[in-house]
Amino acid sequence: MASFGFVVLYSAAGGSLTPWAGLHMVRFLVFLGMAIIFSRLKENFWKTIAFPVYIVVVIMLLGVELLGAVRGGSQRWLSLGFIRIQPSELMKPAIILAVARFYDLLPAGQIRTWGAIWPLLLLLSFPCALILMQPDLGTTITVVAGAMTVAFLAGLPMRLFIGGAAAIAVIAPLAYFFALEDYQQRRVTTFLNPENDPLGAGYHISQSKIAIGSGGIFGKGFLNGTQSHLDYLPEGHTDFVFATMAEEWGLMGGIAVLFGFFLLFRWGLGVAMKAKTRFSQLLAAGLSTTIFFYVAINLMMVMGLAPVVGIPLPFLSHGGSSMMTIMICIGILMAIDRHPGRRSGTFG
Amino acid sequence: MSISGGKTISGAVQALTFSRRATVVGGLQIGIGVLLAGRMAYISVAENERYQLLSESNRVNLTLVPPRRGWLIDRNGKPIANNKTDFRVDLIPDRMRDKDKTVATLAELLSLNQEEIDRIDKELKQASSFQPVQVATGLDWEKFAAVSVRLPDLPGVSPRQGFSRFYPTGAAVGHLVGYVGIASAEEYKENPDPILVTPGYKIGKDGLEKTFEDSLQGKPGAKRVEVTARGKIVRELDTRPDIPGKPLQLALDADLQEYAARRLGPESGSVVVMDCQNGDILTMTSMPSFDPNSFSDGIGQTEYGMLRDDDHVPLRDKSLKGLFPPGSTIKPMVSLALLRGGIDPEETVSCPGGLRVGNRFFNCHSTHGSVNMKKANAQSCDTYFYKMALRVGYDSIALMARELGLGAKYDLPVASQSYGTVPDTQWIKKRHEREWAAFDTVNSSIGQGYFLSNPLQLCVMTARMASGRKLEPKLLFEQDRPAATPLDISPEHLSYVRDAMSEVVNGVGTARRARLPLENIQLGGKTGTAQVVSLKYGRGGRDVPWKFRDHGLFVCFAPVDNPRYAAAVVIQHGGGSSSAYPVARDVMTFIYDREKAMEKLAVLEESWGGTISERMDGQLAAYRAQKELEKAIAEGRVPPAQTEATGESSAAEVGQ
Repeated sequence: MASFGFVVLYSAAGGSLTPWAGLHMVRFLVFLGMAIIFSRLKENFWKTIAFPVYIVVVIMLLGVELLGAVRGGSQRWLSLGFIRIQPSELMKPAIILAVARFYDLLPAGQIRTWGAIWPLLLLLSFPCALILMQPDLGTTITVVAGAMTVAFLAGLPMRLFIGGAAAIAVIAPLAYFFALEDYQQRRVTTFLNPENDPLGAGYHISQSKIAIGSGGIFGKGFLNGTQSHLDYLPEGHTDFVFATMAEEWGLMGGIAVLFGFFLLFRWGLGVAMKAKTRFSQLLAAGLSTTIFFYVAINLMMVMGLAPVVGIPLPFLSHGGSSMMTIMICIGILMAIDRHPGRRSGTFG
Repeated sequence: MSISGGKTISGAVQALTFSRRATVVGGLQIGIGVLLAGRMAYISVAENERYQLLSESNRVNLTLVPPRRGWLIDRNGKPIANNKTDFRVDLIPDRMRDKDKTVATLAELLSLNQEEIDRIDKELKQASSFQPVQVATGLDWEKFAAVSVRLPDLPGVSPRQGFSRFYPTGAAVGHLVGYVGIASAEEYKENPDPILVTPGYKIGKDGLEKTFEDSLQGKPGAKRVEVTARGKIVRELDTRPDIPGKPLQLALDADLQEYAARRLGPESGSVVVMDCQNGDILTMTSMPSFDPNSFSDGIGQTEYGMLRDDDHVPLRDKSLKGLFPPGSTIKPMVSLALLRGGIDPEETVSCPGGLRVGNRFFNCHSTHGSVNMKKANAQSCDTYFYKMALRVGYDSIALMARELGLGAKYDLPVASQSYGTVPDTQWIKKRHEREWAAFDTVNSSIGQGYFLSNPLQLCVMTARMASGRKLEPKLLFEQDRPAATPLDISPEHLSYVRDAMSEVVNGVGTARRARLPLENIQLGGKTGTAQVVSLKYGRGGRDVPWKFRDHGLFVCFAPVDNPRYAAAVVIQHGGGSSSAYPVARDVMTFIYDREKAMEKLAVLEESWGGTISERMDGQLAAYRAQKELEKAIAEGRVPPAQTEATGESSAAEVGQ
């Protein structure tokens, strides 16, 4: 999968290792190494660090916010000297860890009480507030969705989710007017009617659809994509990498990528089903769903089914932090896969 | 606090819930996956064609290359209108970001004057998105390069190397060939061809340029280039060369045309010269004129204002659209009618200085005593023609006039021509609802009254009398033109009249100074003075304001013994025929002896203040200064008393 991303990025740079493909591969290998190390760690380790990690990441987010305030603008990056990371990315696995740990700790009998809900909301409120302030709606949605999935799987009453969906339907228009930044509002309106503004905010969607649509069934061939090479497709190496790929590899390439992700999620959910402890079950399902959200939102975005929000495509998009997140998720999933745990463990 | 009715949930139930819900999640995931695959298939298969087109149109930028316009050449192949390489800069309003800043930068780089900047601003405001706005043409390489290197900072600026129309003889051919210009918005609406809005593409707007637009314009070339989203050209895909327009060969003699135009000097008038063998128009000039080069480059407000305000009407083609009473120049033609009407040319009439018809007395300009037909022509005796015309009746004279081409509309490739009036009994009924009277005959017999014709018609009349053939004027060069049919006029009559016309110049006539300064080539001609105001203000000589002066006319042919060339010269408000025949003489001299004619011109031009373009430049500068002054007065910067004096003196100068 990552190799394919490498190939696509190679083409996106006009048949060159720089600036994207080479770095992409190096990063992948580094993070793959990290994931393999993670996979050696036992479930208890993850249990232990779940809340501390969450707290650390929240502090990092806070740090970003403070620095951002100092620099007077939106700020997503935190420089750790040798590496610049995006704490909001780290929050994705961190929240899963924390929420899974929470429901693991929660006695089975209390799952249908308020006690099962308010700590979840509390856990979510800090990161969401901080990430929204960045502002980064896409990441916020992924974080919330990840946490909600874990809560859903943990067995919170179904009507809470149905009610929640209804609430979102009510809140969404309100949020649109009050919570979103101007440019985000514009993205939503142009998503609804992209042809209205072909040179402005609708440009991304239009050009992305042109790239995918002009690829046809078999694509224009490797290195022959005009949309991406001639800069018509913006962000052809990051968020819109799928369009770059689809232009050159066509429907076949797109289906192959989808199939690859399908295998990944099947494996992810399989790991969750096989997992013996409640914590590892929730964790595995939550992590694989997080990756799924990446993929689903990104693809819906490039195909014009969702507004443009800055969400990269796992493995294919060029970008360090998101790849790190994905590889952390994969690493933890592999760890759970190796150590399914003993059923008796928690419920003894 | 339970929210579900206190139902106890065990670990086992929870595990079951988990696996059930995980299945739901997995199912949802697969659902979304299928949705995405379907969406992708829809976009890339069902809508493939549409998106492929869009992607192509993204990528490929088709640039039309304006074709080179066909040349206009004269009978000897000398260019009258050709194309010169031109460095130009245009603005594409669509792509501009900061209009004011861009224009200011360009103004500095190209050192444009304020008038130019105003024009550009105005055109930018009016321009529809499709229409490029011309900034400057005819730039030198340094300025062109200065703009080119700064392109990245100047979005919407388009420097181009192309061809522009060039008229080597400038104003001399203005009325005849017209000019080219950018297609107007209406023209684009009528024919929405993208070539019309390609910068540098011009279409014929007037004269021959307009009439022969279809064959002159050629086929545009095209250049397909691959461009990036930012408009950077990646590579050229293919190029189709332009097909230049077809050249158009005119019957004109470019040198003669230029000479005639220059020889008219500061006068307002027209010179037409025809070849008596085939009707070729060798010269058809009308001065003052406009410089078609200025029009083709996009004429400035001030220059246009000057042309419009000039009382010498440089915007009107006097050869074709200037109508003048032909005056005495029709006397040879009337003589032919009299001969055909049975008048014995030797019969004499006594001229006591005029003739009483009814209760009016018609003056002759002199007291000629006993006059026969030859003397009447040579000395232009009006009394003779009054009397004889009354004898034969006016309709037979009108018939002869039409046979000789007066009042006719010729089959010429020109935008328009005025064909004047040959009055007769029918015409007066229709037009003035009264009967033809004797005084009409008297008036018309000397080319006054209702009689009107243009200079080309006078030339055709002369050429037909000189050749005895029904010549048709031709503007286009044509090899082996079939000979024109002979006129239905007795050759003896024609020969008699030609002798009489020779007498005008070579005998005891009114234009003895019109003799050619050449041995063995004699000119035959006829003078004419067309009254502008009624005689009671006195004869419109040179001592009255310009616009009250009589028109000076002269028609002629040479050589007398075997006519080859015919000419007509009309000087508007020239004060009499003496303003016209020296011009005719020198133009005719030029045909036979260029050096001699040029020597004469050099002396004259020195006294007039230079060549045509030098004088026009001077006039423009003076006009601009005057406009500035008027503006200054309007704004109260200069006391008005001064200007009235200036205005008067400049008006007087124009009249000189």
